[in-house]
Amino acid sequence: MYRYDEFDHTLVNERVHQFRDQVKRRLAGDLTEDQFKPLRLMNGLYLQLHAYMLRVAVPYGTLSSTQMRKLAYIARRYDKGYGHFTTRQNIQFNWPKLEETPDILAELAEVEMHAIQTSGNCIRNTTSDQFAGAAADEIEDPRVYCEIIRQWSTLHPEFTFLPRKFKIAVTGADRDRAAVRVHDIGLQMRRNDAGEVGFEVIVGGGLGRTPVIGQTIREFLPKQHLLSYLEAILRVYNQLGRRDNLYKARIKILVRSEGVENFARLVEEEWAHIKDSALQLPEDEIHRIETYFAPPSYERLEDTVRAFEVKRFEDRDFASWVRTNVTAHKEPGYAVATISLKPTGKPPGDASAWQMDAVADLADDYSFSEIRVTHEQNLVLPNVKKADLYALWQALRDVELATPNAGLLSDMIACPGLDYCNLANARSIPVAQRISERFADMGRQQDIGNLKIKISGCINACGHHHVGHIGLLGVDKKGEEFYQITLGGSADENTSIGKIVGPAFSYDDVVDAVEDIVDTYLQYRTDGEEFNDTFRRVGLAPFKEKLYAAH
Amino acid sequence: MKEIEMTVQILTANRLGDGAVVYWSKTGSWATQLAESLVFASAEDAAALLAEAGTPRAALEIVGPYLMTVDNSGGAIRPVETRERIRANGPSVQFGSADRTESLPLSLAG
Repeated sequence: MYRYDEFDHTLVNERVHQFRDQVKRRLAGDLTEDQFKPLRLMNGLYLQLHAYMLRVAVPYGTLSSTQMRKLAYIARRYDKGYGHFTTRQNIQFNWPKLEETPDILAELAEVEMHAIQTSGNCIRNTTSDQFAGAAADEIEDPRVYCEIIRQWSTLHPEFTFLPRKFKIAVTGADRDRAAVRVHDIGLQMRRNDAGEVGFEVIVGGGLGRTPVIGQTIREFLPKQHLLSYLEAILRVYNQLGRRDNLYKARIKILVRSEGVENFARLVEEEWAHIKDSALQLPEDEIHRIETYFAPPSYERLEDTVRAFEVKRFEDRDFASWVRTNVTAHKEPGYAVATISLKPTGKPPGDASAWQMDAVADLADDYSFSEIRVTHEQNLVLPNVKKADLYALWQALRDVELATPNAGLLSDMIACPGLDYCNLANARSIPVAQRISERFADMGRQQDIGNLKIKISGCINACGHHHVGHIGLLGVDKKGEEFYQITLGGSADENTSIGKIVGPAFSYDDVVDAVEDIVDTYLQYRTDGEEFNDTFRRVGLAPFKEKLYAAH
Repeated sequence: MKEIEMTVQILTANRLGDGAVVYWSKTGSWATQLAESLVFASAEDAAALLAEAGTPRAALEIVGPYLMTVDNSGGAIRPVETRERIRANGPSVQFGSADRTESLPLSLAG
């Protein structure tokens, strides 16, 4: 993992000191709320429906066990005993007190964490593949470049007041687990004909009010030019992006209005000026960052582990968990374990302090002290010996974290929705809870297979509903909660935006509607088809027929 | 027979120190209980108080004051909008917990 150098420590500690003074001045009346609000937002402190909310950055979703224990401590000491992991691989605390927030930031700084640039019109936390560094299918560990981007973008003076927030995602594998095509910039690692590794550069993707799939503006960018090219994109956006209309301010609108060819030309022109500047990444600097992400000291193991295979044969519950929650590792004899934060009937992405402590202990025992946060609101232990999987699973079961549902229907994304969020029109979490209770039978979920349901409480789409196989968008109809349903979305390497199926359903009816959709899929699917395969083949018609014929 | 909805106005905000939902009460202070709210027949009637809530002095106690519509037919004050119902009652979902003993038992997975 990356470790702070003296510069990082100074920067973060100075920010804590500054914010402590700003809070003191606000409480004393020396700052108005209008003056204070942008300052608190720069430190990730929002005011939600019932309380403040502190969003803490988890850079590219990588956490040490020490950091996880600190998050548990903060949840206990300063909050109500839990945290919420988000679709940007961050964590949110829902009940901090204003006066104590500087203390929380000081606690975070002790473990090399902060809340800088988790809000505001700046470059946000760069996200990545949760299996980075461990995945069997990756070209290189994308976190090296996420960290380089973090260092470049942190307090970048030119990009502190962009037209709108800006999100970058990087993936190192062909299989896109980081949703790179729905980010302002998506970087997909590629190998060119000469065998060199670089990036395909995708721009202008995004969800929200206007969902757009990003477009490639450069098929192959050599690594050493990463920062100059990103800077060129940001400069074009910063100059031409619309600041007159909040809803048209994201880069996706600019790319669309300019046309992708023209936008790419503008970027290349800007790039020509800065390509060979100090922004060029020297090979030794890349190596320096790479050393932080050097693989842990894996043992040399056989890939087939008899004890593991025997347990999988003997214990059906363990076998179920392995089938859904264990992924192939690049190292023989190791595996990647996904810890589901979606137990039946519980808020997706929430973890209690005692569970966070337990995960930290298990990371120490079984995964070289490393943990990942996924954009689908789960946790991951990336480096587990296959021989340890059974013991790990038993321990996870003891702390209610062994739900065998990764990738299945109940592994839903849900934003905080109207239960917490000031922007929401409708609740998300209780809808997710009711759906998971309706489909509580794991055998039924396994039969349905991989299915992604994503729920947003408003058009801002924090719950990624546009790219759910089944997407639910909460809307307000005369003060009542309704849910518009989209079908056929996807955030993987075959990204697609879901299509609206018809009129919205009430809070009471929406779970029945989801069940009708699932039943229709099962009725029409042929062997080996996943939901979107069937949907693309049969279209909206049979789903519409089922949903609205009786109404 | 359903009572006829009678909508009136109350003044609400979030408390500066912890962001808690507060209402301007009959006793002339900010209270966390909706039932203690001072009721105004119209937004015009509450205009002076709303202006006072926007002053620097008030900002030492609260953030973001605004008037909200409630139904007070039958004597009880009830928010009209879902958002305000949730603000008044808190999140409609179960929280996590600091220690395991506080947690409700869950069906074990697997």
